Amino acid sequence: MQVMTVRFDKLGVVIAAIIAYAAFAAPFATFRANRIVPGEARSILDSLPAAVGPLLLAILVIAAIIALLKTPLVLRLAASVIALAALAILIGVAGSFLTPEGNTFARISPASGFWLLIFAFTLLLADVLTRLNLSPWARLGGLVIAALAIGLLLASGSWNSLSILKEYANRADSFWAEGSKHVTLALGSLAAAVVVGLPLGILCHRVDKFRAGVLNVLNIIQTIPSIALFGLLIAPLGWVATHVPGAAALGIRGIGAAPAFLALFLYSLLPVVANTVVGLAGVPRAANDAARGMGMTDRQRLFGVEFPLAFPVILTGIRIVLVQNIGLATIAALIGGGGFGVFVFQGVGQTAMDLVLLGAVPTVAMAFAAAIILDAVIEMTATKRRVETA
Amino acid sequence: MIEIEGITKRYDATTVVDEVSMLIEPRTIAVIVGTSGSGKTTLLRMINRLVEPTSGVIKLDGADNRSLPGYELRRSIGYAIQGHGLFPHRTVAQNIATVPVLLGWDKARIKARVEELMTLYQLDLEAFGPRYPHELSGGQQQRVGVARALAAEPNVLLMDEPFGALDPIIRNKAQEDLLAIQKRFGTTIILVTHDMEEAVHMGDKIAVMDAGKLVQYAKPAEILAKPASAFVETLVGASEKPFRLLSLGRVRDAVETGTAEGEAILDDASQRDALAELLWSGRPALPAKGADGKPLGRVTVDGLVKRAARPA
Repeated sequence: MQVMTVRFDKLGVVIAAIIAYAAFAAPFATFRANRIVPGEARSILDSLPAAVGPLLLAILVIAAIIALLKTPLVLRLAASVIALAALAILIGVAGSFLTPEGNTFARISPASGFWLLIFAFTLLLADVLTRLNLSPWARLGGLVIAALAIGLLLASGSWNSLSILKEYANRADSFWAEGSKHVTLALGSLAAAVVVGLPLGILCHRVDKFRAGVLNVLNIIQTIPSIALFGLLIAPLGWVATHVPGAAALGIRGIGAAPAFLALFLYSLLPVVANTVVGLAGVPRAANDAARGMGMTDRQRLFGVEFPLAFPVILTGIRIVLVQNIGLATIAALIGGGGFGVFVFQGVGQTAMDLVLLGAVPTVAMAFAAAIILDAVIEMTATKRRVETA
Repeated sequence: MIEIEGITKRYDATTVVDEVSMLIEPRTIAVIVGTSGSGKTTLLRMINRLVEPTSGVIKLDGADNRSLPGYELRRSIGYAIQGHGLFPHRTVAQNIATVPVLLGWDKARIKARVEELMTLYQLDLEAFGPRYPHELSGGQQQRVGVARALAAEPNVLLMDEPFGALDPIIRNKAQEDLLAIQKRFGTTIILVTHDMEEAVHMGDKIAVMDAGKLVQYAKPAEILAKPASAFVETLVGASEKPFRLLSLGRVRDAVETGTAEGEAILDDASQRDALAELLWSGRPALPAKGADGKPLGRVTVDGLVKRAARPA
């Protein structure tokens, strides 16, 4: 006889526990009289209008139960998306609800409970998406939908009463200026690393003696802490600025964007070069031998056979570099290089956590999006180029 | 004609190929046999200059093979290797078109040639042309590998253990296909293998190599009958010799007058197959017939046994 049994989802147990703690024990929002005083915690029921608080709790409880038990993937997907959407919309509602009428100094920010709930449901969503085994295009589509949804919420103004957007409102111009500097630093240093790293990787592949030396030097560079590397670059770049004509005009100085760019470039070289070497080494020997035996020149072999076959591995290196650079570019602000790090360090200096978040959240979002996009591209290029198995 | 004159290859102190001279007649198959490390592959690769010799000369139809840049020389010589070396990122049709594209043939000519070769190799153009190598079976990959090597209509085809990765049944088929195509195009083939059975079956002449030296270069029957050294003898396999000798002859050459009962054997079958059939069915004689079904006489156990004896 079939006995009705309740079966638990392993990851779901953890997720449900986090949700339970975050929804009932942790604060949902923080109220502060102004931007630097310590805040007062508010629970879900205290942060939202009378009917809405219980509604959110009900949504969370149902979603937690769906996560806890073994349930169909579609149901889990719906639960995580609905819960995330409800949280995103209602944190804005909490902002307006908690802000006293006409008070422009009060700051409402999401508290630990909110962030834990976001974490728990993102984990659930990520788990569902992994299990659904989506195609690269579907993943990119999902990213676009998520970006549009966030963009819509921002444009609608429903989050405007939250502290992080109040910080943004005060710095809208510099936010976009620093943002573009951040992107320029991360992408520019990546582009430079690809331009230099690819030929260097090819050289390392072709010339054995070269390989160990180059990779060791790049490995050592990788181990230098970023702040130390900035310090090490001040003297030589300062020297270049004063002694090389035109260097200063190009913006090369001991501090500022130049050393930040150079440091990011140096950190980027190892993944690019190493993956190029690994990718080229992974080209089947027989394919290489046949290419030579049929009369391809070294150049034709490189561009016609080796490079296309190594491409997915090289792209993996580029993905590592891009995600790493978007994060590392934050440090550039320390030496006046600009970027979102400016807000992070200002915020730390002023003990204004909202300002820190204004720098950190877009950085994390960009790194996340870059990882998803490049993963999809890698998968698309790799499917056509599967290495022969026979 | 390929003339190999005193060719030597040394890597530092080790001599891989040692003063090898041999002459390969046009439109024949020369098989180079040897154990691994005998230098047979190196010898082959010096013909299209994938390996440059330390000393000696190789002439193709009278011209020194160093008179062209290496890559141009290689475009004029077919090259097929073990594991086929198909380009995994290119379709079957693109793989076959490799050398014609390198030679700059126009598109229509390339397309026509790819179609011709795929038809020849029983690969359906519509079904296989756009596929990638990993979607093919081992035997199909091998066929594409040889088709690619023949794409630019080379006079000379170099093959390095081309059937090494195939299972026995597919290997037999591939060998027959190659023999048929060699007859059709009159290609001069130099084939490297470690399998004496394959060498006896395929070769017009067999070159046996040991430790870089050419030990014997002769027709298969002579290699079997008069092995030049103990090494060749071992390679031939003492207990296999009579059967290998029989496998060189066709039934039509062993036909005697008379009749016999039972299913007739084709006159094109090997004498070895005929003997096997006789022994297995326990009969003393077997009728023989031509390809048209006409009875030709019979083959007998006694007759075949005489033929399997060491030639005088």
